[in-house]
Amino acid sequence: MTTQAPVLDTNKSHSEQPKHYLNCSSGFWSWASTLDHKRIGIMYLIGTGLAFLAGGLFALLVRLHLWQPDGMLFSNDQYNQIFTLHGAFMVFLFVIPAIPGSLGNMVLPLMLGAKDVALPRLNLLSFYLWLSGAVLAALAIAMGGFDTGWTFYAPYSLYTNKAVVTIGLAIFMLGFSSIFTGLNFIVTTHKLRAPGLTWFRMPLFVWALYATSLLQVLATPVLGITILLVAFERLYNIGIFDPRLGGDPVLFEHFFWFYSHPAVYIMVLPAFGIISELVSVHSRKPLFGYKLIAFSSLAIAIISFLVWGHHMFTSGQSTYAMFAFSFLTFFVAIPTAIKEFSWVATIWKGSIALNSPMLYTLAFLIIFAIGGLTGVILGSLNVDLHLHDTYFVVAHFHYVMMGSIALAFFAGLHHWWPKMFGVMYNETLAKIACLVIFVGFNATFIPQFIMGSQGMPRRYATYVPEFQPYHSASTMGAMVLGSGVALMVFYLVASLLTGKKAMQNQWGGVTLDWHTPTPPPLENFAHAPKVTTEVYDYSTLDLKSTQTPIG
Amino acid sequence: MSQDGHHSVVIPAPGPEFVPHTVAHHFDTPVQEFQAAKLGFWLFLATEILLFGGLFAAYFYYHDLYPETFKVGGQQLDWKLGAINTSVLLLSSWTMAMGVRSAQTSQKRKTLMFCALTVVGAAIFMVIKFFEYKAKTEHGLFVFPHMFDGYQVDTATMTGSLPWFTDVHNVMVDATGAPLPHGHLFFAIYVTMTAIHGLHVIIGAGLILWVMKGVAKGRFHAGYYLPVDLVGLYWHLVDLIWIFLFPLLYLVP
Repeated sequence: MTTQAPVLDTNKSHSEQPKHYLNCSSGFWSWASTLDHKRIGIMYLIGTGLAFLAGGLFALLVRLHLWQPDGMLFSNDQYNQIFTLHGAFMVFLFVIPAIPGSLGNMVLPLMLGAKDVALPRLNLLSFYLWLSGAVLAALAIAMGGFDTGWTFYAPYSLYTNKAVVTIGLAIFMLGFSSIFTGLNFIVTTHKLRAPGLTWFRMPLFVWALYATSLLQVLATPVLGITILLVAFERLYNIGIFDPRLGGDPVLFEHFFWFYSHPAVYIMVLPAFGIISELVSVHSRKPLFGYKLIAFSSLAIAIISFLVWGHHMFTSGQSTYAMFAFSFLTFFVAIPTAIKEFSWVATIWKGSIALNSPMLYTLAFLIIFAIGGLTGVILGSLNVDLHLHDTYFVVAHFHYVMMGSIALAFFAGLHHWWPKMFGVMYNETLAKIACLVIFVGFNATFIPQFIMGSQGMPRRYATYVPEFQPYHSASTMGAMVLGSGVALMVFYLVASLLTGKKAMQNQWGGVTLDWHTPTPPPLENFAHAPKVTTEVYDYSTLDLKSTQTPIG
Repeated sequence: MSQDGHHSVVIPAPGPEFVPHTVAHHFDTPVQEFQAAKLGFWLFLATEILLFGGLFAAYFYYHDLYPETFKVGGQQLDWKLGAINTSVLLLSSWTMAMGVRSAQTSQKRKTLMFCALTVVGAAIFMVIKFFEYKAKTEHGLFVFPHMFDGYQVDTATMTGSLPWFTDVHNVMVDATGAPLPHGHLFFAIYVTMTAIHGLHVIIGAGLILWVMKGVAKGRFHAGYYLPVDLVGLYWHLVDLIWIFLFPLLYLVP
């Protein structure tokens, strides 16, 4: 992709230090009231990053507790709260908002050649809704915590004496934060594309964010009303989900999973988008099956609305509904496999650069294959009846949520880090951290697949001694994984203080985000870009820009 | 002048009583700004419909489980008051549409008048709603006074010890005088749906008042009437949801 205007116009004649979005103004208020999508992206990055570290800390506590069969650290009641905190923080404060909020906000307008998202004020409101949700979640912990699991299943969530209404309100706000981000991205993609940037010239990260946004807008409101009904139930005893009052708790499950299954794709589609970008850039090869990948994102988005019942195979549904849900669940595997095969075919015979973003990408490809295939296993009715509510399910969705989504997030973070901050992290440390995370992750969750298939139930604070070797192995793996993440946080933060300057186009990308100065100026492009070539056309790459340091 | 040296686009005011509109810096044309905001607002309205969609699903589910209860429950509501409120909202949608039209043709006083009439419609609706709620409270059919009552349910008989449940079971009887199962569920759904709808009516009225302030200052005219248009869309949605609520709750029995 090229632009007609000169691309690296940094106005050097005006001053020694070019003005960009980070140094164009300073002070707390200039950030707190900013409408700039890049600064809002950075604030999301810090916020969701901290939530990830908190959620990770809860995970380590869970794993430490399970070192011994009768539990090492907590009472059963405390254990319930700790694993609920882990799930709720990771899902609602990290995995759902992290990629769209931070990398999406940062990159989407750049990739479209726009000055900002279409509705910048709404974008800032999204962030503050996220922040209010995070504060309320912290408040809920102070008010006695919550012990329902992240799914808030009725009727337990109606009876427990913990701070369910407070955390419910937090999730309601986080939901609207997510809705407004999605709405903003849809409008931006429709209305702010640069001249010449047709739909099939859009980078695949944009396509993935677009499909994600559709899900955010169409699924999240149902979660909103479900949470409101739970709150009404607790405050006024209206009885809608309470079996003692004629209500049906299975209706809660239908409502909840009508949102929360599409939510799985809200989480994973942006990760797919990142991987699509990265396999192309770091193999310096146009994507294999560009249109198929673009349409498979939409296909996944549509099918994801029709599979929620596979969370409820043991909850009491008609047999015919179960057949349909099981079939449709298998059906999701088709567009997903199209993506996986296209990524591998893109790398095939490419000019592969084994730098840290690419290593994270390769780790994703391996882990996601396992995460996806175990999903097909769980989608089969008879097998699921055995594996339901065991560690096999836990391991499956961690292969998707942590192993795939978080690793894709790390991959994207390493890829766009030089673009965002104009500095490079220590590549050697980055490669070591990636390896440690990959090994630690598999060591944590492979034992969980095994003990799950042998019947170890999830969410239990204690277990029979036969499972101890698996639990111990899993705990040790978690410690390795945790130290890998700690190393990553260390070198990323260190790079901001002492990192050497990045190149104008660090990796040799040809999408519009690499056609702005690094870091980008406040309004992104010195001159409005015009797109004249197809996407991922590396013959247009200006190799000089990959060797020119910024500033 | 924006940061990159481009001039912002300004839509001139059509007369001395109006002020010009400056297009936001990241849009190239007024049309782009208008279309972006309108697309975003339609998406927002879709989320509102889905939010109510959950409540409609709950209504149909329990209507199916306890049809007799819902029949008798609906008969406790005053369909005449519901019909009056439906007419009021329909009329207010017309006044709102006229308000938007007047803004499009730069008729400041007419815009103000029609917007004010719409707010009056909202007020009449809420006053009637208040008297309906009051009557239900007096019959003990209403949930809101029972916040934090704490509840003890006898699982053997599935009846509650709250005064509310006792009253409901006295009122909700079939033709033979026997209590109907779970009479409170009808009123729980009635209250939840109409209360959330009522909240939207209040928010809508607030938005119209905010638009009127802008109209009075001359900010909205033939060149730029976007906020009037969007608030109008919101008001029509509030109206539309009521058009579904009224027959389902008051007339289906």
